[in-house]
Amino acid sequence: MASADFTARAAGPSGPGAGLRYRRTRRSTGEQVIKVLLAVAAVLSVVTTTGIVISLLNETISFFGEVGFAEFFFGTDWNPLRRGAQQSFGVLPLIWSTVYLTLIGLLIAIPLGLASAIYLSEYASPRVRRLVKPTLEVLAGIPTIVLGYFALTYVTPVVLRDLLGVEVRIFNGLSAGIVLGILVLPTIASVAEDALSAVPQSLREGAFGLGATQRQVVLRVVFPAALSGIVAALVLGASRAIGETVVILIAAGADPNLTLDLGVSHQTMAAFIAQTARGDISQGGTEFQTIFAVGTTLFVITLLVNAVAIRLVRRFRQVYD
Amino acid sequence: MAVTAGHREATRRAVDPASGAQRLKEAAFKATMLLSTLVGLLFLLVLIVDVARDGVPLLSADFLSSFPSRIRPEDSGVRSALQGTLLLIVVTAAFIVPVGIATAIYLEEYADPERWWNRLIELNIQNLAAVPSIVYGILGLAWIVRGPLSLGRVLLAGALTLGLLVLPVVIVVAREAIRAVPSSIRDGSLALGATQWQTIWKQVLPGALPGIATGVILALSRAIGETAPLILVGAVAFYRFDSDGLLSSFSALPIQILEAVTDSDPAFRDLAAAAIIVLLVILLLMNSVAIYLRNRYEQKW
Repeated sequence: MASADFTARAAGPSGPGAGLRYRRTRRSTGEQVIKVLLAVAAVLSVVTTTGIVISLLNETISFFGEVGFAEFFFGTDWNPLRRGAQQSFGVLPLIWSTVYLTLIGLLIAIPLGLASAIYLSEYASPRVRRLVKPTLEVLAGIPTIVLGYFALTYVTPVVLRDLLGVEVRIFNGLSAGIVLGILVLPTIASVAEDALSAVPQSLREGAFGLGATQRQVVLRVVFPAALSGIVAALVLGASRAIGETVVILIAAGADPNLTLDLGVSHQTMAAFIAQTARGDISQGGTEFQTIFAVGTTLFVITLLVNAVAIRLVRRFRQVYD
Repeated sequence: MAVTAGHREATRRAVDPASGAQRLKEAAFKATMLLSTLVGLLFLLVLIVDVARDGVPLLSADFLSSFPSRIRPEDSGVRSALQGTLLLIVVTAAFIVPVGIATAIYLEEYADPERWWNRLIELNIQNLAAVPSIVYGILGLAWIVRGPLSLGRVLLAGALTLGLLVLPVVIVVAREAIRAVPSSIRDGSLALGATQWQTIWKQVLPGALPGIATGVILALSRAIGETAPLILVGAVAFYRFDSDGLLSSFSALPIQILEAVTDSDPAFRDLAAAAIIVLLVILLLMNSVAIYLRNRYEQKW
């Protein structure tokens, strides 16, 4: 290769433009082809998004040809798979359960996740950190189907009924919400710990120098300084909980309920889509299209939540870079 | 002179003016943080013990080699689901390795971040990473199983859907690995007359390979634990045939676990636990390989 370079250059015209002209030979055509191929691979991600949007919108538009906008978004009764007069398409129970169970999950994940982040970033010795961080990663890597199994066969019968004596049905929102919290705990802990660790050491030293105790340093200096990163961690956690499917499908059953009662079945948007796809429904019918209408609603909600997260992460990065 | 407790107390007061009540608060706060950290770890421990207690008695060579049964849970196995999951790993890898690495190379080595289309690609990948897996399932159903590709409910459709789902993970990790290769290496190679692609192929990629391999394995271990997209793509829960290529029906471990857990007969629950153990062992093996690669080949520049 190297000698070919040399002859090519030697045979070509000499002078200041010779090197430039050499770039237009066969090998640089090859370079261009490679660049185009790589760009095509990169464009696949845009195609994926376009594909998602088109596939959702296509059927969603036909769906709204059959079902009114107001009925869908403001109706409080979700019974799309029934026949005749009992059929109704009010999506509010699904949205409500999605938000409600996410909140229950966050209620558990926020204190535990932030405390874990504070402990790992501010208190733990390097040895403890080396042990605890990978364990949290293992928890983050447990497939959600396993968490669903655990929710149904352990959290509901053993923890809720036997240990705590709570009266819940076998399919209930409480156990799904608790396990949802455990599911997002590692996400919150890990992102929040990154935010806490990014706070410059000089801030802590300054506070210690002024006589602050460790707790005061953590709560009044480090925590506020990392706040936007911590909020981003919470939003990321929320976004994972909103889209979670199988934990809720297994633990919370399949009855949509517009209720505050956590002891009964709840169905979220994602769980409805999965439950409906498991049954055999014919393509093209309004029942089939509900998958897409609910999917679009879920997609838009997660996009909004994610946009907030990206913005917060960006702002948090600007502070100390 | 003997140091008495009184001396110690006096010295402590001089150095550390905090009162007893304040020190108690400090200790209580630290203990609360520690205990909260332990909750997550305790949960993991109980989960593993619970699954093992339910599932281990069922594990045997027969369990791995027999087909699932809807009627007799005690004779049921995971043969087809295990085959499906292993095949999904291979086919998904064949898809995400070239596409993921090519995208990462393009974004790190070629793309001008000032151009709007490159910024669009970046923003897009960030957003795709947050799209719920069930929505990827809808995409797979509408575009791969039916619609433009119309492959039907086959293994290839499942692998492509899972591939699209974890592609952002591969891209992000591969980009980090490529970025970690110092620019002095690129400059040296270019100065010796190598073209840009020769520099990437011979210098940058070999240096980034351990990081990329780790990312691919992590992405694959996320892919095979996914249930929701496979529900929509139409994986079969109790599949009683050997796998017959990329264009035939298929099963997968998460799908069989889901079906067994939700069966009205509780006898199937232990079957689910045993299948979970098989799934977790596969994940453990994959992650061990990732950790080994990282420790063995990772370069410090």
